[in-house]
Amino acid sequence: VVGLKVALFATCLGDQLFPDAVVAAVRLLRHLGVEVEFPEAQTCCGQPAYNAGYHREAAAIARHHLEVFSGAEHVVVPSGSCGAMLRAHYPALLAGDGRAGAAALDLAGRTVELTTFVTDVLGVGDVGADLRGLRVTYHDSCHALRSMGVGAAPRRLLRAAGAELIEAHDADVCCGFGGLFAVKMPEVSSAMARSKVEGVVATGAEVLTSTDAGCLMQLAGSASRAGARVRAAHVAELLWEGVQRASGASAGGG
Amino acid sequence: VEVTSDRFREHAARALRDPELRRAMDRAGGAFVERRRDALARLGTYEALRAHAAAVKAHTLEHLDHYLERLAAAVEGLGGRIHFAADAADANRIVTEVARAEGVRTVVKSKSMLSEEIGLNDALASAGVEAIETDLGEYILQLGGDVPSHIIAPALHWTRERVARLFHDRLGTPPDADPEALTRAARAALRRAFLRADMGVTGVNFAVAETGTVVLVENEGNIRLATSAPRVHLAMMGLEKVIPRLADLPTFLALLPRSATGQEASSYVSLVTGPRRGGEEEGPERFHLLIVDNGRSGVLADPALRDALRCIRCGACLNHCPVYRQVGGHAYGWVYGGPIGAILDPGLLGLERTKDLPQASSLCGACEEVCPVGIPIPELLLEHRRRAASQGLDTAGERAAIGAFAFVAERPALWSSLTAAGRAAGQLLRDGMSLRGGWLPLLSVWLRERDFPAPAQRAFRERWRAGVEREPVNPDPPRGTS
Repeated sequence: VVGLKVALFATCLGDQLFPDAVVAAVRLLRHLGVEVEFPEAQTCCGQPAYNAGYHREAAAIARHHLEVFSGAEHVVVPSGSCGAMLRAHYPALLAGDGRAGAAALDLAGRTVELTTFVTDVLGVGDVGADLRGLRVTYHDSCHALRSMGVGAAPRRLLRAAGAELIEAHDADVCCGFGGLFAVKMPEVSSAMARSKVEGVVATGAEVLTSTDAGCLMQLAGSASRAGARVRAAHVAELLWEGVQRASGASAGGG
Repeated sequence: VEVTSDRFREHAARALRDPELRRAMDRAGGAFVERRRDALARLGTYEALRAHAAAVKAHTLEHLDHYLERLAAAVEGLGGRIHFAADAADANRIVTEVARAEGVRTVVKSKSMLSEEIGLNDALASAGVEAIETDLGEYILQLGGDVPSHIIAPALHWTRERVARLFHDRLGTPPDADPEALTRAARAALRRAFLRADMGVTGVNFAVAETGTVVLVENEGNIRLATSAPRVHLAMMGLEKVIPRLADLPTFLALLPRSATGQEASSYVSLVTGPRRGGEEEGPERFHLLIVDNGRSGVLADPALRDALRCIRCGACLNHCPVYRQVGGHAYGWVYGGPIGAILDPGLLGLERTKDLPQASSLCGACEEVCPVGIPIPELLLEHRRRAASQGLDTAGERAAIGAFAFVAERPALWSSLTAAGRAAGQLLRDGMSLRGGWLPLLSVWLRERDFPAPAQRAFRERWRAGVEREPVNPDPPRGTS
């Protein structure tokens, strides 16, 4: 599959708040021989509007991204949640509009979450990273797990890199982020995060990782407020760090 | 029954500050979840059963008038009486009239969420009829003047210490009695009630149209007694509880206890088919079946919401809901809490009175995953949110903010410059200004109990342009497939 070309959907959270994770995703993909494009007209997938009940507004944003990603063979998303928006919700939102509906289904078929792209599209189960000795716990993003079926791929890649993967008893329980839920129901959202952080701390892992920046922002924010010493890092960041360690290369620019 | 489902956030915040409630919720915690998982792992055919149950329910709802008519005819054919109630007041009137006509002074009740929904106990009390709850959890709540917080474990929010204090005051048990002693005390009190009651009022888990059989699933034996000791049995059901045939029942009896408590089978399953017949030595002399609408036909007529009526009240969505598990059932402000309540209550009561409920979810999807009849709960939550937004039930501020967000998200150049400005402002904030200034309302809400990441110096898109774009592709990629 050398020579495969993908368009990266950085997601608004990745672009604005977690650029290191997106840069790592680009480098990881290129390390695996993939050509990466970044269509610069991309913005936010529109999920905040959709989940708030504003379907007309969300549909307009969806149409914009049908354009943005119209030429790409694969749209790789370092997020299960934004990926699910493209894959599951765009077709539903645009179902009433023949042309856009068909285009949305087409985009849905080309959209894939980053770690699943590596394992299922590239067929790579070992990215050549060295994470030996690193104690990691993986948090299942709800939308990655339940809307995209992503759970095995990130774990497989981390284990192949030699990381010691320690499962939290509630790894597949929601962190409480939920987009606007985090600020519409802040008390419950924060309580959910605290419960999850307790589960993470109980694993004794040094690093908490996930496919989704939203979950990591929520959990890191709660952990840091509680004074818990655990680093939160996107799975792309961990894997890329491992690749660098394996090759003995210095950290790239950025 | 008072509805306060437009104040979920307020209730939830209070619940989170209630140490007794948190203790009870923590203890209840994962037991149901683990037992369900183990029971389903041993079952093997779960997915097939689930698909069958969903199909039977969907089919029945499509043809509900037909099956309700058959059910009514079957029950009457057995010598039972059928009553239809359009709403709660109607239902209460019918039950009190039956009680009067049958000369009933004391009623023993099984746990019935429908009776909670219509406020039956108050109506009976007003008519001079004593109603005694016989489910242990409901008995505790009745003694304590409280209401259920969970569909199958009504007193989930009570710690055993609190029950011990209540029973000490009311039944004279030692103040530190253990759960076994408490149960024995309740059992002794309830046994006397069963023997003097004139009528048993029960709910219905399934009503079989073909045979007129009412199916009741329980663990305590109180329903068995309530349907056999008193001379009159009145069963009440929401109109969605009918299933077509007796042959459909095994699927539901396999799913319900496993989904609810993780039991392979519940301790008692009673199939009540009409009143006592000639030659039979047990069972009530008179049998009444009350079929209640109370908003359900409105949900039925609404194709986008109808799936909510498939619910068999197992409570699995509550047990698996991370929101419910934090705040408990009372926060939802009406009889049905948790995910199923959040989609059903707005359907039964209207969105205006329940507008907080569709928002009381992170849309994590755990509820749909565990629902034994495959109700797409997150989809229905989103549908309620869509309606709430289009009916203007959210705030003007939210409307304006989302409109502005969508406007910008369709315009890449504007998006880039505004997000850059936002990050620059964030840098300033980080450099010393208070993050709690309140001029960024969402951020200040976030920051009450959580930290927020320091904004990146440069967005990904800037780093892309500045050099990441031109980094080379590895000409010799690894092909590991460990």
